[in-house]
Order: sequence, then C-alpha cells, then structure tokens
Amino acid sequence: MSSPILFVIVGKNEPLFEAEIDTHTGSQGNELSTRQNYFVLHSALDLVEKSAWTTTNMYLRVVDKVNHQQVSTFLTAGNIKFMLLHGGKGDEVIKSFFNEVYGYYVKLSMNPFYKYDTPITSKAFETRVRAAARSYLS
Amino acid sequence: MNLNKAPSNILDRPLDRPRSSDGVSLSAFAYIYSELVQYHQGRAASISELERRLESAGYGVGLKILELVAYRAKESKRETRLMSILHFVSSYVWKTLFGKSADSLERSIDHADEYMIVDYEPITSTFVSVPSDLGQLSVDAYLSGIIAGVLDGAGFSARVTAHSVKIEEGEVPPTGSGGFSVPGMPPRKEKAVFLVKFSPEVLSRDAALER
Repeated sequence: MSSPILFVIVGKNEPLFEAEIDTHTGSQGNELSTRQNYFVLHSALDLVEKSAWTTTNMYLRVVDKVNHQQVSTFLTAGNIKFMLLHGGKGDEVIKSFFNEVYGYYVKLSMNPFYKYDTPITSKAFETRVRAAARSYLS
Repeated sequence: MNLNKAPSNILDRPLDRPRSSDGVSLSAFAYIYSELVQYHQGRAASISELERRLESAGYGVGLKILELVAYRAKESKRETRLMSILHFVSSYVWKTLFGKSADSLERSIDHADEYMIVDYEPITSTFVSVPSDLGQLSVDAYLSGIIAGVLDGAGFSARVTAHSVKIEEGEVPPTGSGGFSVPGMPPRKEKAVFLVKFSPEVLSRDAALER
C-alpha cells in the first residue's frame, strides 16, 4: 500500500494552496489519516523556519520524519514554503517536482492580479501541480 | 509571433529572459510612468504622501521581480546574508529592470544599519524636472518601493527612501555604464541615492550568522 501524498504551499501566515494526491485511485484515505497528515506537515513548519537561514539552497530536502512519513521542503526566494508529505521518495525526483511547481508559481505571480502571499485559487495552477505530481511522484 | 497560436494561459507562457530587443521602449515607459505620477499626485494631499503612494506602487513589483530573477538564475539559491542580498539588488535586479548594474553600493559611515545604492541616471527621474512647488519630492520613490519589496520578500525588512543628491564638483559619473546618453542633453546635476535602513532584527540575525 502506498502512502498518501500531500502538497501544501505555505505563505508567511497561512496556507496558500493545498492538494492531496492519490497515488492510486480507489484507496480513499479516511478522515483520521488525512488529519494526521496535515498535523505532521504543519508541525514541520517550525523545523523549516529553523533551518531556513542556515543554507542558501532553496531545496531543503527532508526536514522531518514521522514514522514512515517524510516532509520535504522547498523555499522560494520570497520565502514561500512548498511542503510535501510523502512516504520516502527519491531526493532528486522531489527536487524536479518542486522545480516544476516553482516555475508555475513564478508564472502565476507574474499575473498582475495575483497578490503575493495570498491564497492561490487558480484552477489552471491546480491542474498543473496535480499533473506534475502524477508524473513525478507516482 | 503568430497571434492565433498565442498561449491563452499565463501558466503556459515561457519565463525566459526576453531578448534585449524585446524590452519596453523608453518612450512607452516614460509615458506610463508620467501618468502614474500624475494619477497619484491628484490623489495625494502632501509630497510625502505622494512618495508613499509611489513606493507602494513599486513594492509589489519588487516582490515579483525577486522571484522572477531568482528563478531565471536557475541556481535554486536564496540569499540569506545581508551583503549578498544588497549585491543581488544592485546587480541582478537592476540589470533585469534597467539593463545595467547600479553605479555603486556603499555602506553608510555614520550608521551601521544603513546602506546606499547610487544611480546616476535612474530611468524614473533622468527625464523629469521637479517643479519648485513640490520641493523635495523624489520621483524615484517608485524604485525605492521596488527595492523595499525585494528586500522584504527575501526576509530583510528595511525602510528604503529615495533622495536626489547634488553631484559634487569634480565627481565624475562613471561613463559607459549603459546610461541613456541622449545627444544634446546637458549632464545631470543630481544623482539618485537609495537609502536602505535595515530593521534591528535583520542586523542581529545577520550578526548571528557571522559566527
């Protein structure tokens, strides 16, 4: 059984975007495990803040591990956090995924109607992120 | 480009650096910027409010240009140190916006938390003469807003102000810095100084990273 994948973009004060990605259809995660996933992911935020200033890399690799779940993080130049909860994927694969999403994020922010650090409501953005997640992470 | 094939969604467009010939023409920029200043001038009650309005117009540009420049560098690097972010602003950001680096980056002698970015021919004020009834207005406030946006986005909150400073006698502006050098125009008597004052938290964090 493969573990669920959860991708969240966190701004300075609040989550801006969330996507739960089912690696194979049919296995609906129950509510309890969904909540637990969010809990793990958000509790890793403190660790991200801590390590943010110790490196100049955007890709912070795995910042937290809980049981079999790992949290990988990518920090953009504007200190927006991309967080990915997964069951132990390869470092390079995740890096490629983050880089692709970063491209979409920068394009999105070029839109004069998108204000920095506000929730992302673009349907096109969500479609592309999900497609990227499917192609890299499943 | 074939207009029929133009991508409809912003997410499908390329982010690559445009060719230098694709840049916005100076006259188009001057026209829009002049409208921007007039718009805010009609709505501001005082000179300082007008400057604040121009700053806030530039602030959002700064936040966006930060991500764009960092993405185009393709190095997946963030700036975490004070000097490196200032260098990032005065060279990379400046090049993206104006096609040249800022003329100099100096540290204030009197205050350790203050830095100055100097430009002899800023695009926003080179062709502008400020009427005497507007006194100390610096129309480069728009650029100081951009700088503040970049620094704030990168986690270096700072107060940035624009000042027009008289070029001292004997001070020679660097030549060949890619300025506009319009034939027949008298040499500029003023240069733009962007004063960057970092907040105390930023300085203490940077001092901690020093160790």
